[in-house]
Amino acid sequence: MKPLRPGRIVAFTLLLMGGIVMIMPLLFMLATSLKTSSEVYELHLLPREPTLDNYLEILTRSPFGRWFLVSFSVASLTTASVLFFDSLIGYTLAKFRFRGRTFVFIAIMSTLMIPTEMLVIPWYVMAKSLGWLDTLWGVMFPGMMSGFGVFLMRQFFLGVPDELLDAARMDGLNEFQIFWQVALPLVTPALSALAIFAFLGNWTAFLWPLIVTSSPSLYTVPVGLASLSGEFQTDWEMIMTGSSIATIPTLLVFILLQRNIISGIMLTGLKG
Amino acid sequence: MRRLYQGLTRAALALTLLAGAAVRAQAVEIEYWQYTFKQRVETIDELIKQFQKANPDITVKHVNVPYDNYRTRIAAAIPAGEGPDVVQLFYGWLTDYIDAKLLQPLPAASFDTAAIDRDFFPFVQGMKVGGQYYALPTAVRSLALFWNRKVFKDAGLDPAKPPTTLAELVDIARKTTKRDAAGNLLTAGIALDTAGQDVQWIRQVLIPEFGGTPYSADGKKVTYNTPSGVAAVQWYADLIAKEKVSELGFLTDGVTAFRSGRAAMTIDGSFRLGAFDGQKGLDYGVTELPSHDGRQSNFASYWANGITAKAKGEKLAAAAKFLAFITTPAAMQLWMEKVGELPARVALAQTDAVKTHPTYGAFVRGLAYSVATDFVDESSQRKVMMDMMDRIIIKQTPVAEAVGIAAKEEQVILDTRK
Amino acid sequence: MSGLTIARRQAVWAWIFLALPLAYFSLVRFWPALDAFSLSLSKWNLVGPRRYVGLANYERMAADPVFWQVLANTFEYLLLGLPVSLALSFLVAYHLDRVQTGHGLLRALYFLPHLTTATALAWVWRWFYQPAPVGLFNNWLSVFGIAQQPFLRSTFQALPAILVPAIWAALGFQIVIFLAGLKAIPRSYYEAAEIDGAGSPQILREITLPLLLPSFVFLLITTSIGLLRIFDLVYNMTAGGDGGPLNATKPLVLSIYQSAFARMDMGYASAQTVVLFVILLLLSLLQMRLLRARP
Repeated sequence: MKPLRPGRIVAFTLLLMGGIVMIMPLLFMLATSLKTSSEVYELHLLPREPTLDNYLEILTRSPFGRWFLVSFSVASLTTASVLFFDSLIGYTLAKFRFRGRTFVFIAIMSTLMIPTEMLVIPWYVMAKSLGWLDTLWGVMFPGMMSGFGVFLMRQFFLGVPDELLDAARMDGLNEFQIFWQVALPLVTPALSALAIFAFLGNWTAFLWPLIVTSSPSLYTVPVGLASLSGEFQTDWEMIMTGSSIATIPTLLVFILLQRNIISGIMLTGLKG
Repeated sequence: MRRLYQGLTRAALALTLLAGAAVRAQAVEIEYWQYTFKQRVETIDELIKQFQKANPDITVKHVNVPYDNYRTRIAAAIPAGEGPDVVQLFYGWLTDYIDAKLLQPLPAASFDTAAIDRDFFPFVQGMKVGGQYYALPTAVRSLALFWNRKVFKDAGLDPAKPPTTLAELVDIARKTTKRDAAGNLLTAGIALDTAGQDVQWIRQVLIPEFGGTPYSADGKKVTYNTPSGVAAVQWYADLIAKEKVSELGFLTDGVTAFRSGRAAMTIDGSFRLGAFDGQKGLDYGVTELPSHDGRQSNFASYWANGITAKAKGEKLAAAAKFLAFITTPAAMQLWMEKVGELPARVALAQTDAVKTHPTYGAFVRGLAYSVATDFVDESSQRKVMMDMMDRIIIKQTPVAEAVGIAAKEEQVILDTRK
Repeated sequence: MSGLTIARRQAVWAWIFLALPLAYFSLVRFWPALDAFSLSLSKWNLVGPRRYVGLANYERMAADPVFWQVLANTFEYLLLGLPVSLALSFLVAYHLDRVQTGHGLLRALYFLPHLTTATALAWVWRWFYQPAPVGLFNNWLSVFGIAQQPFLRSTFQALPAILVPAIWAALGFQIVIFLAGLKAIPRSYYEAAEIDGAGSPQILREITLPLLLPSFVFLLITTSIGLLRIFDLVYNMTAGGDGGPLNATKPLVLSIYQSAFARMDMGYASAQTVVLFVILLLLSLLQMRLLRARP
């Protein structure tokens, strides 16, 4: 073992202090959710009489469990779709030679530059004509494929050697089997990174789910949280509690899968 | 693209008609929209239950949308030919809705203009365009002064004696303001918040009480850029700059400041009662807005129910029936008991029981001399006032100059009205 | 001969694979976007008829001082936020890379804020910015005898004050990307440099920074896009969600949102969206150039 140099200790201490500062706002949020309503507006961090009343109230006052289920279903289903289609498109664009390939690639990339705010009204008109309003599918359809995922997957498939695919062709596999059985397993790290981005993105999406749903039983967690504030009125302890409930699962998932998540994002950075 | 949608819509419509023919004999369904607010939602649900019992051939679908996003949702629904048959809208939006041909006039057969003129509060006539009513409220609101009894007591004041004039208000605010040794505000004498109701207080209450008029009688001209208008704004600004009894943005917003017991007074509407009642340890009273030089004024506002242009035929008949039902005296009574907003019919509001009620009383008495601003664009006009105060407080723009800028900006907005 | 058939077969498979996705992208992305472009040339309040007005919305934009202020704000977010957040995340990553003990814990601490939603945390930051004795920052300032600051109530300080949580929330992601870049640099390079007697600053300048260029470029682009599309934090941290005081913090996306959904002025909103689109497009072109220039 190398002896600890004083420089290292100073660096470590500073980093630790910085890290604590980073999570201060999160602690503040959690602490607020445990405070009674009369204590909420006092600045001391730790609640004097910690209480779970806010959690009980939110769970009885609103169908929070239901919202949670909706959010989870929407996020998982869209993530599954994004993983399948984006890798299929990325694979095709990386590994097939055909006329129009560059055009398709550029066209899909250009969708990255269109802000969601611009698309919301046309989407609504479309959802209405097709009877998708106030349905789970209506919430999900704009997120079924993403330009970013195509870009990411194409970068990774470019690194898969052609010889491997040719060998599979010799073995008599059809093109879909080659994609599914040979190429896809080689890019699992990229898939896990994409899964995280897609899941988080859909989990926190607000504007579109808000517009397309009208029954509270179809609200996602962020829309449900917004419905807790009224005209000129905000129950801050409720919002903090709701946000804590919304954040805790992502924190747990992160703590459990930290290694995979971080390495997935690291890969994105290297290939991007 | 639009053609495609139209085609698809038509195809969908044809299918619906085919399917509809089979169930023609069954109920007409209409949709009712309002914003999400626990008591409002429960009350409408209750009213729908009663209504459906009396009209078994009509079903009402109740949709409620989070307040902050109510307009967004309506805006997205309408071009798609989707959305409510009966909609609750803020009275200040009526012009937008009529200009957009979103609303249809209430059918004369069921709604007698003369009777409405007579029975409802006069400011409801703002819903009358070209001699026809387009919307009717169930309930109306006005402003009042909320005071915190405990803060009064702690400052050695009589907790049963709120201010009745602006001079008394300043005096009490001075006595109840608390600062620490470094001069930091601990308790505000009055919680001020231009993003809340203060904009209305300045415009429709302070300006008239100082002898000015905010707008010309036809609502087309801004008329507050006068010495009395400037004096009113100056008085408000002085609460912060000279008397130092408040700060804009203190505890993020006025409601939070008062709710947390860190403000002796605040100006707000009856819709706030729910928030304050839910706060443990908050002992407050409600009284009429303070007067000045013997003049007293108040600002009324309301959410009104209109029938959208999309309701046709039997849906229109059902919508009219439902709208009439939720504006009956019985519905208004229920609404007051459950939601805490005041009946829109004068006779119901002006009973002794209501007038002397410890909380509603102040609001009802205020209604008698209330004015509802004839808005062209409520959010933009509110912003003009917010910017005016920010100029005075942050940029130290002289009050007269800031009022001049605001008057000019707001005139531009008024001029957009056809 | 057989090569030709393989090529043809490949093309057929490619289009089979792409058929559904292309239909999807056309319907859900391109047509709505084209619709928005055509909308920018019309006047439409969502309910009445759409009227073609030519470039009137763009002319109105050019003549509107608030639009120019909004544009300036948008770039202020970008030009202040970009260098600060990249410098900060590099600094942390560079030192974190050399720490062995507690590496995972430290990394997790920095990454956690990235997992939260802006809306909830905006409130916490609003409280931090309050005047003393409630506000955390002003309390610290008074401990050191520094005058109280207005923060969100100042036309000058409010924008940077909103930028701080934006940087805070993105920092974790950037640090992880930098760590990946640092890990990818072969140890042997450092060892060779040390044998040659190069000092730390020299190694940093001549090995670490040049080899980290791809990570820098990637973050430059993703961070810029994020900053140019800032909305949630401003909406939740300013009084009435208005981008005040006096429009000092209003970014383009908030202005679009207000035009579209508060004033139902769809044409004007779309015209502003087109401006945002052009800015993002120029940025992507810049990215392509930078990537091509990369060694």
